[in-house]
Amino acid sequence: MIKPTNILSNHPKIEKGKALIEIRDVQKSFGDNHVLRGFNLDLYEKENLVIVGKSGSGKSVLIKCFVRLVEMDSGSVKVLGKEISELGQKELDELRTEVGFLFQGSALYDSMTVRENLEFPLRRHPDKLRGEKVEDLVIEALESVGLAHAIDLMPAELSGGMKRRIALARTIILRPKIILYDEPTSGLDPITSKEIIQLILDIQQKYNTASLIITHDMDCARVISNRMVILRDGINYAEGTYAELVQLKDPKVQAFFK
Amino acid sequence: MIKILTQSTQFKEIKDFFEEIGQISLFTTRFFREAVNPPVEWKELFRQCYIIGNQSLFLVTVTGFIMGLVLTLQVRPTMLEFGAESYMPSMVGISIIREIGPMITALICAGKIGSSMGAELGSMKVTEQIDAMEVSGTNPFKYLVVTRVLACTLMLPLLVIAADTVGLLGSFFIEYTKGAVTPVLFFNKVFMTIEFGDLLPSTIKSFFFGLVIGIVGCYKGYTSKKGTAGVGTAANSAVVVASLMVFLVDLIAVLAADIFYDL
Repeated sequence: MIKPTNILSNHPKIEKGKALIEIRDVQKSFGDNHVLRGFNLDLYEKENLVIVGKSGSGKSVLIKCFVRLVEMDSGSVKVLGKEISELGQKELDELRTEVGFLFQGSALYDSMTVRENLEFPLRRHPDKLRGEKVEDLVIEALESVGLAHAIDLMPAELSGGMKRRIALARTIILRPKIILYDEPTSGLDPITSKEIIQLILDIQQKYNTASLIITHDMDCARVISNRMVILRDGINYAEGTYAELVQLKDPKVQAFFK
Repeated sequence: MIKILTQSTQFKEIKDFFEEIGQISLFTTRFFREAVNPPVEWKELFRQCYIIGNQSLFLVTVTGFIMGLVLTLQVRPTMLEFGAESYMPSMVGISIIREIGPMITALICAGKIGSSMGAELGSMKVTEQIDAMEVSGTNPFKYLVVTRVLACTLMLPLLVIAADTVGLLGSFFIEYTKGAVTPVLFFNKVFMTIEFGDLLPSTIKSFFFGLVIGIVGCYKGYTSKKGTAGVGTAANSAVVVASLMVFLVDLIAVLAADIFYDL
């Protein structure tokens, strides 16, 4: 069996820190559709790792396997050193507070105000308050995304870009060590997309998080990534920095950059 | 060829039906398991009780009043014909408290609460709000499903009491205007006829009506698929299945009451 990763991979030039997520031979099928066929990956501290792939290639399924929103068929996913398939519900919930997740459609609770959306995770995990008041943390998170004025609005009153920013504020409010982004710029206009990309970079700088970004927006990938992985045919087909991948002659890789 | 296709379609439908029964059973088992495991989401439970009670009270009382009026108007001529006018309050009281009050309330709630739960949870499912809750380290089943089902189970008997009361008032209104019966006489007749064996089974079955409406509404919403179209399907089938389940529970309750109280 040919393993294109071995043929095409380039050693990333960023300095590797501690691996926060370690994925080995993850497989997932839906009936006859084999979405993941042995995916391998490491996400290191303070790294921005971008996974690109065509629509329907299993990017979202993959990212959901990291927090057990989707159960993998086989393989190993270690998050912060813990094998997630072996965790009980309580341990899994505790681990999930260390991993932020920004959903493609923002996923704000539409029966709650922006304030209540941000308060929700804090009220459930009072140990995460770090001695601060809920109100102060909510305002701080909203100021980080530049939307402190929207605190009492309902999600239905927000634009797509604002929703994405509020969802980001809700993601960072528990101060996670890792943030998983599922198509952070999809459905947004180019200007708002750039704002969201800048926000992701700012948040990474401010909170020292490692980020794993799923996207098919190559502009987003170019600006954000320290390292990129191309997901194709259910495996990590190619790996390297943006500059390294763009120079590869393989037509399947080049298809992403044209 | 056509015959084979038809048979296979029928087989699939039967298979799907039994699969769904299995899924609902597992969902119900999970509800009971999560409901008895602390912590209880008290704040959300009270909020849901308020929403379910407050949203349905007006509709239930209006329907109850009309039900009392109509029942009395329809039955009165026949009772007059047999010279049994004095039995009107007893007959109406028994009918409303034993059967009509709980059933009408349950069917209205199956339509209003069942569809609302199906649509709300279905919408949360397809917009990944339930997933968002899960990744924030919250148990969405406990927060969304257990609270709604418990609230529905607790509030339905209260709504039934409201519907019964207003239904009796509606009946009294007709009796008062057509037969010149005093309030004291009317309600004395009603309460002299009603026994413990009338009140207890109807109250117990009201809890079960609430339980099945909550379970079916939440199940349909929580497991909805296929995007926004799935939300509509979830709301629609929540009403249909919950209404059918209400009739089934009623049948079982009447049979059980017949055994225990010799109706």
